[in-house]
Amino acid sequence: MDVGASQQRMAAFLRDNHDKIVGSWSDLVAAGLRGRTSPQEARRQLEDLYALVIRELSGTDENASGELRAVLDELSRNRARDGFTPSETALSVFSLKDAVYELVAESAELVPEYLAFSRAVDDLGLRTFEAFSAAREQIITDQTTSMMELSTPVVRLWDGIIAVPLVGTLDSARTQLVMEKLLDTLVASGAEHAVIDITGVPTVDTEVAQHLLKTVSAARLLGAECTISGIRPQVAQTIVSLGIEFGDIATKATLADALALALKHAGLKVVPA
Amino acid sequence: MDQVPILKIGQTLFVSIQIDLQDESVMLLQEDLAAELAATAARGVIIDITAVEIVDSFIGRMLATIGSISRLFDAETVIVGMRPAVAITLTELGLSLNGVRTALNAEKGLALLNGRT
Amino acid sequence: MDELIIQSGDDVVRVRQHVRNAAASSGLSLVDQTKLVTAASELARNTLIHGGGGVARVEVVKSAAGRAGIKLHFADEGPGIADVNLALTDGWSTGTGLGLGLSGSRRLVDEFELKSEPGAGTSVVVVKWSR
Repeated sequence: MDVGASQQRMAAFLRDNHDKIVGSWSDLVAAGLRGRTSPQEARRQLEDLYALVIRELSGTDENASGELRAVLDELSRNRARDGFTPSETALSVFSLKDAVYELVAESAELVPEYLAFSRAVDDLGLRTFEAFSAAREQIITDQTTSMMELSTPVVRLWDGIIAVPLVGTLDSARTQLVMEKLLDTLVASGAEHAVIDITGVPTVDTEVAQHLLKTVSAARLLGAECTISGIRPQVAQTIVSLGIEFGDIATKATLADALALALKHAGLKVVPA
Repeated sequence: MDQVPILKIGQTLFVSIQIDLQDESVMLLQEDLAAELAATAARGVIIDITAVEIVDSFIGRMLATIGSISRLFDAETVIVGMRPAVAITLTELGLSLNGVRTALNAEKGLALLNGRT
Repeated sequence: MDELIIQSGDDVVRVRQHVRNAAASSGLSLVDQTKLVTAASELARNTLIHGGGGVARVEVVKSAAGRAGIKLHFADEGPGIADVNLALTDGWSTGTGLGLGLSGSRRLVDEFELKSEPGAGTSVVVVKWSR
């Protein structure tokens, strides 16, 4: 069977029975959403969708596919925002099949066309699910980014001395953020000393050490010297047993020790008042 | 082909790279600096890359080479004004600019040069 | 998709500028733009110097999750690389220099594919996604 011709027959059928089908569809959708939308409101939303479905089936319009998907995505997003579940949104799309089937069953023509159409509507319904998922994923990503930003402060300890207290795991994404913030602060403050405190970093393995080394290298390219502080006793043992070398980077047990070292390098001295 | 101007102020040669350098311009800069160092007995070279958006391994090699050439003339090279995005990229690229020192800006670069005995 | 010829040093500069514009319009962060353009510079140079000239294709792509990205394809009909694994280790180089072109570029992008055979040219495809 010629797919193109079959689809066009379906498109013609949908066009000819526009009012009946859209009316039926709107009722089904409103019923499915349990009164949260009236049939009239549902009809308004569905008219556009219906017109685009017909256009895509007619096969004459290249843009129809893209526009149809865009409208569906918009519908999914709005529904998600309004508190409807992804199933409810998908079912709204699926019920177009029921609305069409009522008429097809009456005339008993177009059965093979209906099957192909049914499959196509299934794809559209699934798409609303995907759109919902994607929207959720974006929210999670945005929140993760927010959290990372908040937990990566760069503070000024003294003139020319800044500190980066790290709390939590240091993975590559976090390292990128730390490097960017540290370097931007170096440019803005003109500081020549930075202390990277890892007291709050639970594990220091080879990967974390590499991230630290990268950060120190980058800071050096901007003329700043780094000290790593917050080496806990267990961490020290792990580092040695893993054979990690910090080379010529100074490491200290506490932030206080690192500050004292930075002050010394900066030619400053703390004396009693 | 663009020629990068070399300024001499006191005992220091200043080079400010302003544009996306062609390969030939890079080689020319190296030659010009070597010539200037030989002619003026300058003790330091400051290369300002504040306006440079991309440093790939070719440019990186040039900077390291300039450092080596300067040392032969008993001069020290300081690269200044590296952008954060460039520094992060160079670190990821694994390019270590050995043999050249770095500073935040020309002023600090000069302080670095003058600090040495 | 845009196709750029790489036959001279000027072309390498042109590729850089083109990639920078594409990256900026696709919403890549400044650091990611810098990384991508630097990788493009390395690979374009490789195409020119080791590949005897070739072509660069720049394409804006979209991930399944809807993120925009830039895909670069560098191809040449040069001598090809005999040992691909060796070429991807740090410090490898057939010419003078630091030999970081390939392995370094790989670290700067999100996806990296290298195909090469002696006598059959080289093809490198890289992708960098916006976050």
